[in-house]
Amino acid sequence: MLSSLTRLQRYYLYYTVSFLAFIGALAVLEQHGMPPRWIGYAFLFFTISMYAVIGIMSRTSDVSEYYVAGRRVPAFFNGMATGADWMSAASFIGLAGTLYLSGHQGLAFVIGWTGGFVLVALLLAPYLRRFGEYTIPDFLGARYGGNAIRMVAVAAAILASFVYVVAQIYGVGVITSRFVSLQFEIGVFVGLAGILVCSFLGGMKAVTWTQVAQYVILIIAYITPVAILSWNVTGNPVPQLVYGQVLQEVGRLEDKLFNMPAEIEVRQLYRERADLYAEKIMQLPSSLLLEREQISTRINELKASDAQMKDIVALEKQRRELPHDPEQAKARWENAMYSAVDRSQPPVHHAEAFPGETAEQQLPERINFLALIFCLTIGTAALPHVLTRYYTTPSVSQARDSVFWSLLFILLLYITAPAYAVFAKYEVLSHLVEIPIAKLPSWVAAWTKIGLVNIEDINGDGILQLAELALNPDVIVLATPEIAGMPYVVSGLVAAGGLAAALSTADGLLLTITSSLSHDIYYRIIRPDASTQFRLVISKSMLLVVAVLAATVAAQKPGTILSMVSWAFSIAGSAFFPALVLGIFWQRATRAGALAGMLLGMLLTIYYILRVEFDSIPWLGIKGIGMEPWFHVHSTSAGVFGVCAGFITIIVVSLMTRPDGEGGDFLQGIRRSGEEDGR
Amino acid sequence: MKIHDRYWRKTRRLTLNLLVLWFFVTFVLNWFARELNQFELFGFPLGFYLGAQGLLFIYLLIIWYYNRRMRKLDAEFGIEDQ
Repeated sequence: MLSSLTRLQRYYLYYTVSFLAFIGALAVLEQHGMPPRWIGYAFLFFTISMYAVIGIMSRTSDVSEYYVAGRRVPAFFNGMATGADWMSAASFIGLAGTLYLSGHQGLAFVIGWTGGFVLVALLLAPYLRRFGEYTIPDFLGARYGGNAIRMVAVAAAILASFVYVVAQIYGVGVITSRFVSLQFEIGVFVGLAGILVCSFLGGMKAVTWTQVAQYVILIIAYITPVAILSWNVTGNPVPQLVYGQVLQEVGRLEDKLFNMPAEIEVRQLYRERADLYAEKIMQLPSSLLLEREQISTRINELKASDAQMKDIVALEKQRRELPHDPEQAKARWENAMYSAVDRSQPPVHHAEAFPGETAEQQLPERINFLALIFCLTIGTAALPHVLTRYYTTPSVSQARDSVFWSLLFILLLYITAPAYAVFAKYEVLSHLVEIPIAKLPSWVAAWTKIGLVNIEDINGDGILQLAELALNPDVIVLATPEIAGMPYVVSGLVAAGGLAAALSTADGLLLTITSSLSHDIYYRIIRPDASTQFRLVISKSMLLVVAVLAATVAAQKPGTILSMVSWAFSIAGSAFFPALVLGIFWQRATRAGALAGMLLGMLLTIYYILRVEFDSIPWLGIKGIGMEPWFHVHSTSAGVFGVCAGFITIIVVSLMTRPDGEGGDFLQGIRRSGEEDGR
Repeated sequence: MKIHDRYWRKTRRLTLNLLVLWFFVTFVLNWFARELNQFELFGFPLGFYLGAQGLLFIYLLIIWYYNRRMRKLDAEFGIEDQ
């Protein structure tokens, strides 16, 4: 049976077996008393040195190998590499948590992130491969002609990819600091090293083969804990098949819990707290002064009496921590108010679609569900680092096949994520809620310390109510091994998987940014006569610069970075998708049309995000720009408007301008339409 | 008519048909997820099942079918791309 596999398949089979053996060995060592910290280190060093070995073995000084892996990647492996390229730290760590928190509404991510591959398969991949150059700006430049469109494409590619790459490196920092207890900043630079060993020497060729290796690790790491959990709960180790029953059980628990008197009381208390904050915000700045005075009076009273020193110190600390000015007070109290409002809402059944009492309340949920699917779908089909992967197969037919494999490999994770969420919810509802706080399992305290779990006994009954528990979405995947009482080796495996997901995506993104700068800007526009040797030197130095820049930004722990990632989809979708699709399927599309459509689509998306999300941009001195969303659409789905505007603009402007004759031969080439039958 | 125009026309028709199917399952079915949830499949409410698994398999089938038809079209028109 082994002999029927290709040489590559055998290599990766050996690799997988040795990884499993490594996990087994660590599990045995843990039984014999190996401390958890060492297990974390072992995973970190084993996996990164594996990637480094592959990276060094695939080093190259050939331009085609550096940019498109020599177009020798078989469909099956390209599918696997695309899977790893595609699934980021957000998919690996965040998705199950999002599904846990938002139930059916979160399925938009699952649907959008897979449905996009249908568009890639039908509309883009075969044509990109038949064109057969190096980058997405290459394609647009050849179709529409001129450097202007290439510049716009490069700008959009960098804008969408850079935020994304920073988020990946940030993810690496979070994982290493939590599981190996490295300092966050050091973790970030470990991540940087992990990325550079893969991509610096071998470009796309090395990145492809490490991504395949990373896919193997990430999928094993994702499925193992939930399979064990499923075995514990249902006696069946295939969670995807059996979680329907568990979901029904969750529904029954929810029915029982939601309307218990204690739960209703807790929600009422949170509503009162929210009202209190709202009142204080209304009465700024006098409410802040009043609060400070009240604390001061209390301190003086205590000092006058013979109260304990530690009470006085506590009050003084409280006074110090009061907001310094009304501006800060407003921001802080608004946060507190929103979080109290959140907790005061009646909970929603996990499987309930578009919650709401009346049709009017359900409508915005419906619209946003579909709008988010739309943006994620189009964004998936327009992210340059994914599309570039379809340049690397040996033929058009293999490019088509590799989209199939990509989706299959991605689907393995995405059908597991909802199961993860349901099993976690089952554990929480059956083993956490309505239990005395003193008797909660130890993992709750461990994750509370890091700030990912928050428990507050607001009604003071010493028992945990559902509304008193707040979970950060990341905790679902990271803590599942502990929730189910698995040995630490499983936690280490999850960390290695998250690391693989973050590194593989970062590799792909970094390469996209680098090739945009070195190939599209330097070689195509600035110096078309540069020697191949020199082009590679430029590429590699760009890679180094961009990687260090991204790591530096990530080390600042920018708080908003994670929400910015979802905007990347809208930006990429509105900039690229209309121009690419109309460029292939509508001969009449002209350069002016494409240029106008790309710019307008992208700018409209950014405009919508800015005005819905922010009320002021302090460093630009802009204030009061907040606006009501159009048709209730959230800023994460801004692409709905951008993509539509892009299509309409390209069509209208193209029809108004004269056909520019560009693209006739080009289109006959990629469609294989106009040639005489010469065979 | 040039023979390869037929290849392109057939490709385009196939693409359009599959896109319509894709649009229907993605946007029309999901719009009615709440109503579909009254039915049950494999122990799941139907609307939830579609989003969590069903649509994903349909997507995979669409791509599989497209690839199969395109391979046949390629063979019929003698198109070999390297």
